Amino acid sequence: MTLREATIQPFVEFSFMRRALLGCLFVALGCAPIGVFLLLRRMSLMGDAMSHAILPGVAVGFLLAGMSVPMLSLGGLVAGLAVALAAGMTTRTTILREDASLAAFYLISLAVGVILVSLKGNNVDLLHVLFGTVLALDDSALLLLGGIAAMTPPMLMFIRRPLVIECFDPTFLRAVSGCGPWVHMVFLALVVLNLVGGFQALGTLMAVGLMMLPAATARLWARTLGGMIGVSLLIAFAASYFGLLLSYHATLPSGPAIVLTAGVLLLLSIFLAPHRGMLSRHWLRSHLEG
Amino acid sequence: MTTDRAAALSLHDLTLGYERHPAVHHVSGHFATGSLTAVVGPNGAGKSTLLKGIMGFLRPLAGHVEWHNATPRQAAYLPQQAELERDFPMTVAEVVALGLWRILGIWRPLTTTLHQRVQEALSIVGLAGLARREIGSLSGGQFQRMLFARVILQDAPVILLDEPFTAIDHRTTEDLLAVLERLHQEGRTVLAVLHDFELVRRHFPETLLIARETVAWGSTAETLTPAALERAQALQEAWNEQAHVCGRTLPRTQARP
Repeated sequence: MTLREATIQPFVEFSFMRRALLGCLFVALGCAPIGVFLLLRRMSLMGDAMSHAILPGVAVGFLLAGMSVPMLSLGGLVAGLAVALAAGMTTRTTILREDASLAAFYLISLAVGVILVSLKGNNVDLLHVLFGTVLALDDSALLLLGGIAAMTPPMLMFIRRPLVIECFDPTFLRAVSGCGPWVHMVFLALVVLNLVGGFQALGTLMAVGLMMLPAATARLWARTLGGMIGVSLLIAFAASYFGLLLSYHATLPSGPAIVLTAGVLLLLSIFLAPHRGMLSRHWLRSHLEG
Repeated sequence: MTTDRAAALSLHDLTLGYERHPAVHHVSGHFATGSLTAVVGPNGAGKSTLLKGIMGFLRPLAGHVEWHNATPRQAAYLPQQAELERDFPMTVAEVVALGLWRILGIWRPLTTTLHQRVQEALSIVGLAGLARREIGSLSGGQFQRMLFARVILQDAPVILLDEPFTAIDHRTTEDLLAVLERLHQEGRTVLAVLHDFELVRRHFPETLLIARETVAWGSTAETLTPAALERAQALQEAWNEQAHVCGRTLPRTQARP
């Protein structure tokens, strides 16, 4: 097998592979920069929580209309936003902190979702929702992913300044402007929207992988926010491309293959990244001691 | 006391607290426009709580804060350093430029003129040449200088600083005190929570001594007396953390008119 046959031929030969790649690139375009802001806000686990939180909405959509992309997406969006709102209100009005209230509501949401799926569906349906079907993306799913991908970067650019201040110095933002809660809600809505889009391709659980793993990798390589976003996009694109190839050649489920590829890139970075990687820090320590 | 000057901020029977337990009790008085006031008191006396209450971050349990000729949004508030993300991927210039929020808002870009103002503010605090430095590589003193540069750019009529010289070396403290005096001379009203009484005596004409309630408030020489400090300590030690809001409507101790 030549290099071309291994890396390009599958996409030339099969339209489902081309559609899968396009879908994954769309998911990466929105998820990667969002992951960077989640990481910088120390909310890395929030994506995971929200991915569980959208499940009951997806399940309701499934119960009402079967495997209908618009209904599943709408249901997921409503459930995700409801959990985000409920957690946000609980945080602002009680002693519970954001992590505690989010954990509480996503667990309730997840339990409701699993029960709803079990009422009508079977394990195969649940696996479909959890792990996605990137190799069977239809036009409506691609359209949805493309729309979310086209909307997310401009929205993030628009709220970039207050979002950055909220991450770095939330008290300052609160002192100079009342836009903090609105910016927070727009950001949460983008998180939910991208997870809902991501579940079409990668499943609710795997979409978080393409959100957080490239962001964590980017933190090891880049020194500026712009640099982090750039690196995270590159990593997410590379993980999508090589993950799909891995899935194709080794006959592995595509979502986990993509996330695993992103995971391998993170592990390599943990060791090799200049200045912040393990080897670099070890060398620096030895050098200073010597 | 500077009662001949107009008030920048008035506190009316202000009681602040958390979960219905008061942390600052029935404080009344005013900060004159252009005054430079140290807020001092024992640990846990409610100094930071008072600043948060003035900024509107805490809803008063009783009483209210009155802002004259300004709003809390126009004030510059510098909390304790521990509340900031020290390793955030930003440069010094980017953090200082945040002080231009009132001009830039959410989306307006930084013009060459405004960039020049950032550079000038950095020069004033002694950080010229470090504009492109990552904030994660700054020392504690440099970090505080950077935050003072941000305060300068905020061009605020009222400035509230919460323990601005804690864990900072003598040289940096002296330099930042000079910046503070410059801001004071420009006619701004400055309040700073401080612990070092000697520093207060040397640089702050007025002092508010609190221990959950006003112990003394006026010129520093008249406020920081041994008797007042002893009373502050006694009040703090006798405080009941679980006490509910009391029914008093007037302060027991000295209050500014």
